[in-house]
Amino acid sequence: MNDAANPGTVAPNGLPMNEQPAWRRDFPIDWPQDHFVARRDFTRFLVLTSLPFALVQVAVGVLNWMRRDRRKPTSKPIAALADIPIGGATTFCYPEKHDPCLLLRPDENTLMAYSQKCTHLGCAVTPNVDKNCLYCPCHKGFFAADTGRPVSGPARRPLPRILLENRDGVVHAVGVEVNAT
Amino acid sequence: MNRSLTREQTTTILQGILCLVLFVVLLQVWLLTATMNAWMGGDDSVLWPAAAASAVCAFLNFGLLRYLNRLAV
Repeated sequence: MNDAANPGTVAPNGLPMNEQPAWRRDFPIDWPQDHFVARRDFTRFLVLTSLPFALVQVAVGVLNWMRRDRRKPTSKPIAALADIPIGGATTFCYPEKHDPCLLLRPDENTLMAYSQKCTHLGCAVTPNVDKNCLYCPCHKGFFAADTGRPVSGPARRPLPRILLENRDGVVHAVGVEVNAT
Repeated sequence: MNRSLTREQTTTILQGILCLVLFVVLLQVWLLTATMNAWMGGDDSVLWPAAAASAVCAFLNFGLLRYLNRLAV
């Protein structure tokens, strides 16, 4: 298949080079060689994409490690227990001022608090204590008020729960419990 | 390296390496997606095992590329 004048060169039709048209003799392309080089270069490109994937994974780990200290929330008073209506809800911000949260009081002895950001796209959820649920109006998502778990709609993760403590009649937020499942 | 290999043989080896590399890169894509999903949901226990697995995949790919570069063209 190889031509004497062009060793290693193979035309697409497999004929020797002296039987090829003039244009092909002027510009001989070795197609098997071309395929080899193209696939080798594509393999190199894939290997080069492999490294950024590993670097991003490590970067996420480092970012998580750097944020770990910032995630230790402090205790913060929310409201006096007497000011929270039974069967009602109130809003507060915790742990930072840009983290809106909801405090629910379905009955006299029960207090529950969740982050107000929907775990789908971050819209503010609104409480519906009568129906024991939290509602996200953006995409009609519902969360169970007693657990924070999504019960319908596009959200797949539960709302982060705010840990509460009652200290001498004043409700304090003392932590955030993020549950992935 | 292997001058006894014909071009057809090296092309076959190349295609095998290409399939392996493609599979490993797809595995890394899946690892990154699953890791981000877990991390955004508050589960950070999988971050470092996934990073280690992805690094192993990258080393495997570079090993395959090194072998590929040694193949006679």
